[in-house]
Amino acid sequence: MISQLPVLQVVLPLMAAPLCLMLKRSRLVWQFCLIVSALSMLISILLLQQVNSTGVISYEFGGWAAPWGIEYRIDKLNVMLLLIISSISTLVLIAAQTSIDQEIEKEKHCYFYILYLLSLSGMLGIVATGDAFNIFVFLEISSLSAYALIAMGNNRRALWASYQYLIMGTIGATFILIGIGMMYQITGTLNISDLAERLAQVNQKRTLLTAFVFIIVGVCLKLALFPMHLWLPNAYTYAPSIVTAFLAATATKVALYLLIRFTYSVFGSSLAFAAIPLQTLFMALGLVGVFVASITAIYQNNVKKLFAYSSIAHVGYMIVGFSMGTVSGLTATLLHMFNHALMKGAVFLALAAVMFRLGDVRLESFQGLGRRMPLTMAAIVIGGLSLIGVPLTVGFVSKWYLLVALIEQQRWLIAGLLLLGSVLAVVYVWRIIEVAYFKEPLVNNTAKEQATSEEAPWTFLVPIWLLVGANIYFGIDTRLSVQLAHSAAQSLIGVAP
Amino acid sequence: MSYELLLQMSIVVPLLASILIVITGKHANVREGVTIVSAIMLIYIMTQLYTGHTSNNQISAFWWELMPSLNVSFVIEPLGLLFALIASFLWLVTTSYAIGYMRVHKEQNQTRFYCCFAIAISAVMGIAFSANLFTLFIFYEVLTLSTYPLVTHAGSEKAKKSGRVYLGILLTTSILFLLLAIVSTWFIAGTLDFKVGGVFSPDIDKGLAGGLLLLFVFGVGKAAIMPFHRWLPAAMVAPTPVSALLHAVAVVKAGVFTILKVCVFIFGLDLLPTLPTTQFLLYLAGASVLLASIVAMRQDNLKLRLAYSTVSQLGYITIGALLATSSGVVGSAMHIAAHAFGKITLFFCAGAILVSLHKSKISEMRGIGRQMPITMFAFFIASLSIIGVPPGAGTWSKWYLLMGTLEADQYLLMLVLMLSSLLNIAYLLPLSIHAFFPNINVNKNTSLPVTQLKEAPLASLIAIVVTSSACLILFVYPQPLLFLAKSILSVG
Repeated sequence: MISQLPVLQVVLPLMAAPLCLMLKRSRLVWQFCLIVSALSMLISILLLQQVNSTGVISYEFGGWAAPWGIEYRIDKLNVMLLLIISSISTLVLIAAQTSIDQEIEKEKHCYFYILYLLSLSGMLGIVATGDAFNIFVFLEISSLSAYALIAMGNNRRALWASYQYLIMGTIGATFILIGIGMMYQITGTLNISDLAERLAQVNQKRTLLTAFVFIIVGVCLKLALFPMHLWLPNAYTYAPSIVTAFLAATATKVALYLLIRFTYSVFGSSLAFAAIPLQTLFMALGLVGVFVASITAIYQNNVKKLFAYSSIAHVGYMIVGFSMGTVSGLTATLLHMFNHALMKGAVFLALAAVMFRLGDVRLESFQGLGRRMPLTMAAIVIGGLSLIGVPLTVGFVSKWYLLVALIEQQRWLIAGLLLLGSVLAVVYVWRIIEVAYFKEPLVNNTAKEQATSEEAPWTFLVPIWLLVGANIYFGIDTRLSVQLAHSAAQSLIGVAP
Repeated sequence: MSYELLLQMSIVVPLLASILIVITGKHANVREGVTIVSAIMLIYIMTQLYTGHTSNNQISAFWWELMPSLNVSFVIEPLGLLFALIASFLWLVTTSYAIGYMRVHKEQNQTRFYCCFAIAISAVMGIAFSANLFTLFIFYEVLTLSTYPLVTHAGSEKAKKSGRVYLGILLTTSILFLLLAIVSTWFIAGTLDFKVGGVFSPDIDKGLAGGLLLLFVFGVGKAAIMPFHRWLPAAMVAPTPVSALLHAVAVVKAGVFTILKVCVFIFGLDLLPTLPTTQFLLYLAGASVLLASIVAMRQDNLKLRLAYSTVSQLGYITIGALLATSSGVVGSAMHIAAHAFGKITLFFCAGAILVSLHKSKISEMRGIGRQMPITMFAFFIASLSIIGVPPGAGTWSKWYLLMGTLEADQYLLMLVLMLSSLLNIAYLLPLSIHAFFPNINVNKNTSLPVTQLKEAPLASLIAIVVTSSACLILFVYPQPLLFLAKSILSVG
């Protein structure tokens, strides 16, 4: 049983998805999904323990040995991602039923959960597999289900947002496929570790570089790296709130994983960083992304959109860490990947609760929300402080590591610019806080809703505060996250731990 | 109880108080009782720690390791103890004052007020006892965030705007400069622990260290060195007890305390004078002292005048720290205490005048000495202490500061300090003189205000009397203060 865990991680939600059709009834399907997701979280925790004690796990599909058959490979980096995805998915699912009751028609609920599980298994698959073509397959599974999930949003613009994402996402996936095809053509293998070995000896540098560039561009489209981020704000804004919370915390992280995996494990950092000025390019794009997205966020009046832009800015931070090509830079990136999932999970889930009570998330509707929904608003405040990077939250930890990585290379100016970026975060977070705590509630709403208790129901509060608690806990006790990120970064760059 | 436990209690007690305050929020008397009881407990803890410290105990506590080799830990050293003693004592006094003030003024959201106040005190204790720069930074940010709701307490458009300035300057400087400085220090020196003599090796690149010093001094926005002083006048929209304790004592003193700590325990007095930027910063602080005094003279709003006076006095302390002589450090430490008692009294008086006579403009305050004799007499004494003439406690600190400038051969700065004291006289003394003798410099025909006795509420009046007597007592009996200040440099 234990040896089957890597495959169960992916197959469990994949198999569970069609089963939902038989259950039909919305509540029943929800409970079923919750159990499935919780089980896959349990599996990733078990995998984490296993990786910590025995090192890299390799699983051969159908007993075929690695380069011929499909291999699932779980190392520190993979297990970190698996843990993020499955635990966020479980927490988000707790709130799902209450939220979609209001946002999605009853007869579509079953399909919603099916798509959700498919998206989940797609993402888990991308991470777990050690086969390049498999990555593409799972990428399509998770993306297609994500397009459909976004299109379920009750605003008609959701369709347009989903369409935009579909076009951009398909271009990205196609690019990745072309890149993988080229690599297959050069080497005749699809297994990642086998690819890495063979690519190192290849003489056709030009084809190799072309393949690399196709993959990088494709992944960056999925990652929403500036200036390829245009699909993201609309997709996050108009998707059902639950979908936003799930995707915001996980989807870009998976894309980032692909970027790191292809750069370090497949092509090798010597090729990736030496042949083309990738480091400078990524550093510049990351920085510009931080500033453009943060400044755009300041001017948003839809709070979901505001935090969507903040997500793009945070992708910028991760890319800056990545672009340095050092162990500490990569540690900062991985750490921020983990931490950002916690922040955005908490914030978007809290926004789902606001959406549930108020029916929209325009900034005007937040007036007086500090009094009307104190616990939800407090969660947004703590999530926001974490985005800014205030001490005792996770945001501070990743900011600290990023700064140390930059100063290690004497890049004072960039360190200063990044800090300026977090000052911009203060501005956009504080706009919300001011409106929520220092403006009287809108008059027409108060009269009508005063009678009932306005705080979000427990199905929201429990997962929100679990995530907020994680934001604080991992901001104080950083052993798990730092140790994971650090050893993953070390093994990627090839320094003996 | 062991001293280690007491040390941790000093941070935990106010924090627990804040939780209890929220729980008991519906019953005003119980809620205020919680604050008073915990303030008394805190003072008890402080006196215990003081005796523990004077009997040569090494008291320290370790909480947890936040990141590898970055600890949240605490240690007692004289400067921190001095700061914590003042803050804890004045918390009790201010609470007594606040109860009178807030109830008479019928302020909204009083639970939030007392809760944030307690958190701020807890943060101050954390700052005072932090064993390294990292711990200090954490509590520094907690202090900024916990005082924001106090500044915007009124919730009006003006309060929100000031809140923006407050948070904008304090957070921006701390994120942009202070954090960068701390990370760089950690990277260069490999440690953030406070050590007598500094953490840098003597052969460090002077330009780099000079740059770090700039980052530190600008990064500690709470020290209100011009041009980063604007938050302090902005914070004056807060209720008077907040201005009194936080923006005359806790927050601003946390700022200069940080600068003093950085100068003495990070750079060290040997390295500091050799840095290329020290002289520039000294003159900047000197300019801050003079300019703020001049601006203060032009303010008609009493609280604003006091705020600019604070900016000016904070410059004294920064100068003392940057002089890097033993007298300078002693003077700075003593001025932290002396200015605290003086300025809090002045703010108490300003609040008392506002509550009983509804006056906030200085031009309207002629003759109020007849209505509020006790208040205005306290104002007079506190003014003397700020100016630095007997019988005010400020005499001693200014004396040491002047000695410090002489020791460091900074004659220009000595001149600045003396000139500024003259300016202090010009903007503080006329107030109490006009209060008691309204006819000076005035047309005989203008009608005099009514002379009915109208003192502040009793709880507030007690606070005023206590702090103003402290100004006198510390003049006559400055030994404990001097003992602590002088032992700052001798621990090791």
